[in-house]
Amino acid sequence: MTERSPFFDEMYGFGEQARQPYSDYNSWFSQEDVGRLRKKSEQAEAFFRLTGITFNVYGVEEATERLIPFDLVPRILTSREWATLEKGIEQRVRAINSFLHDIYHRQEILRAGRIPVEMVAQNDAFLPQMIGVAPPGNIYTHITGTDLVRTGEDEFYVLEDNARTPSGVSYMLENRETMLHMFPELFSRINVRAVSHYPRSLRRSLSSCRPTICDGPPTLAVLTPGIHNSAYFEHAFLADQMGVELVEGHDLRVVDGRVAMRTTRGYKPIDVIYRRVDDEFLDPMTFNPDSVLGVPGIMDVYRAGGITIANAPGTGIADDKAIYSYMPDIVEFYTGEQPILKNVPTWRCSEPDAFKYVKENLEELVVKEVHGSGGYGMLVGPAASKKEIAEFRTKLEAKPGNYIAQPTLSLSTVPILTKAGLAPRHVDLRPFALASPGGVEIIPGGLTRVALKKGSLVVNSSQGGGTKDTWVLED
Amino acid sequence: MLGKTAGGIFWMLRYMERSENTARMIEAGLRISLTRSSAADSEWSSILQATGVAAQYFSQHDAIDGQKVINFLLREKGNDGSVMANVELARTNARMVRTALTKEVWEAVNECWMTLKSQLSRPIKQQDLPEILTSIRQRTAFVRGSLHGTMVRNDIYDFARMGTFFERADNAARVLDVKYYILLPSIMHVGTVSDNVQWETILRATSSVRAYQSLHDGEFDPRKIARFLILDRRLPRSLAFCYHKMQANLSYLADDYGERKESHKMVDQICHKFDHSTIDQIFEYGLHEFVTEFLAESHALGRQIERDYRFYE
Repeated sequence: MTERSPFFDEMYGFGEQARQPYSDYNSWFSQEDVGRLRKKSEQAEAFFRLTGITFNVYGVEEATERLIPFDLVPRILTSREWATLEKGIEQRVRAINSFLHDIYHRQEILRAGRIPVEMVAQNDAFLPQMIGVAPPGNIYTHITGTDLVRTGEDEFYVLEDNARTPSGVSYMLENRETMLHMFPELFSRINVRAVSHYPRSLRRSLSSCRPTICDGPPTLAVLTPGIHNSAYFEHAFLADQMGVELVEGHDLRVVDGRVAMRTTRGYKPIDVIYRRVDDEFLDPMTFNPDSVLGVPGIMDVYRAGGITIANAPGTGIADDKAIYSYMPDIVEFYTGEQPILKNVPTWRCSEPDAFKYVKENLEELVVKEVHGSGGYGMLVGPAASKKEIAEFRTKLEAKPGNYIAQPTLSLSTVPILTKAGLAPRHVDLRPFALASPGGVEIIPGGLTRVALKKGSLVVNSSQGGGTKDTWVLED
Repeated sequence: MLGKTAGGIFWMLRYMERSENTARMIEAGLRISLTRSSAADSEWSSILQATGVAAQYFSQHDAIDGQKVINFLLREKGNDGSVMANVELARTNARMVRTALTKEVWEAVNECWMTLKSQLSRPIKQQDLPEILTSIRQRTAFVRGSLHGTMVRNDIYDFARMGTFFERADNAARVLDVKYYILLPSIMHVGTVSDNVQWETILRATSSVRAYQSLHDGEFDPRKIARFLILDRRLPRSLAFCYHKMQANLSYLADDYGERKESHKMVDQICHKFDHSTIDQIFEYGLHEFVTEFLAESHALGRQIERDYRFYE
């Protein structure tokens, strides 16, 4: 029995027939026994546990390692759909890098009045320490994870540009491995574009951003906050897959003007560091003095051209939720083109008219904290109780500038497998883009997150979301 | 490789070996308690001493009780040297050095932890004990096997092997340290059944009964037992065997890195002693003194390896 979606469903559209991208999958699925598939689903879970694909939950004593639930119905995109997304993301990533360079140098966009000065000057995500710094290769966002949502056949929106340290790519890779392992017959029937080259591409891309001081093959390392970090699995996974060292702050120190790691043979300089530590904790001498996760003095080395930090410090100004609403202007300003991907209309509560509208329409809107992430601290109006809305209103009125609001989008659904068969659930998509002086490479696919609760729009893993394998079909 | 990784993998294998050794000692204790219950209490007591947790045990329990000791050694939260605690530490280290391990080794460690966590989640009933002990031996062997079968022979492997042999020798020496007096001539009443059993327990605690019997015509003799456990390089749990392995792995490291360190001198000295001592000389010198000295030298070597290869800042 298959439950139908009242929203645009990527498998069934608005009707009963499978959409074209799903036609092969659907004919396979209709021959399958749901019982067998449920069993497969349990196998997948055991496989994830053994591999250790878990994430840590803060503040929970028992069972601190949890699995992100995996659903075995893939999210399928045609090559035509993908081509548009790819172009749109590339355009956006190029614009973001130009914007970051500009904002930390001449600030033309502010002079041109396209963005109000205070949006940048009074923004915590703007790092004055980055003014005048030229990152090697002039790349700021080596890795971007653009969050997209879909509302119809050709309707895609960018929800967020994750330009700091986007996570989730290990799930993209392991979800595919799991699917290949469970359903080899599907992949011989349907031509799906590979994603497994991501670690190689990442290594190549990071290497090509090495500092000029490095004249041989660069030494790369992944910097993790440590095994208690919620994304530690991913840090270890990427270091392992790239064949580079996984380091923590206490493995590193500045030696002779270079950031060096303590090896069994002494200190060895690092050329490119892929850090999964936030700006604030990167260097206790420059930022948070209490940080033990970073490397004292790394910013001095960076400014002197002794190391590449990926992503560059200060990229947060580009994925700030208040700046987000200016993205169409930013794209146009730097590329001279119309944005290929749409922004979600956004009300900035810092502006009186917008604030008034938001206050009067809380029941209809999604309201987010400007600096929030992970689905915390946001209000989904249509799903909230009167009491929740009233409480949120108090917070909003106390500090309007802290919030933006967006219409509640009718997010597309993709079916998940439940006990009763297929049931539609809302999804989003996070493709991963690698930027280097040679260009922008986008891995065909990405991470599809799915809200497992019926009707829920919150896909974050910390809030009970799951993931799916994402297929981009070959032509 | 990172100094931290070298230390992490060295200790990961030490923790694995330690949990295996504890399980082997429990097996020996269990056998005695089933065959000669009068000797059981003193056997449990020596096991607590040899594993270094006697003080912890008596701070939480009034007296020796077989079932309590077994639970304490295997799983009790109040024992930070329990099998479960060691497996947990081994896995934490494996996570920390994940990038230095093959997928197979990591999965073997992770599965060992998952299996034992579930088997040791509740107090152990006597009837479940054999199955659990078997499981510990098999799971740890699985880790060793995947290490052997899948890891590249480089510095990472050397540190892993050194962790295994360092811990194994340490364990055998601790058993000898606690039980040396059984082997001394002063309390030797040749040929009585009681002594045969006593001697046998030393071999059992190091899982060497069968090996001993097949190489010594089945006769228990304290001097031969001591020689076997200390000097016989055919026995993979003897001190000499383990230290020659340590010496070999350290010398691979020296070849690899093109540098000999203080650790190399120290391991050479220890091996030299094994190569040039007879068991009669050791007894003449004092078995207990010999073992105590070895434990001190081994401890010093452990510290030196840590420094030479920058495990810590």
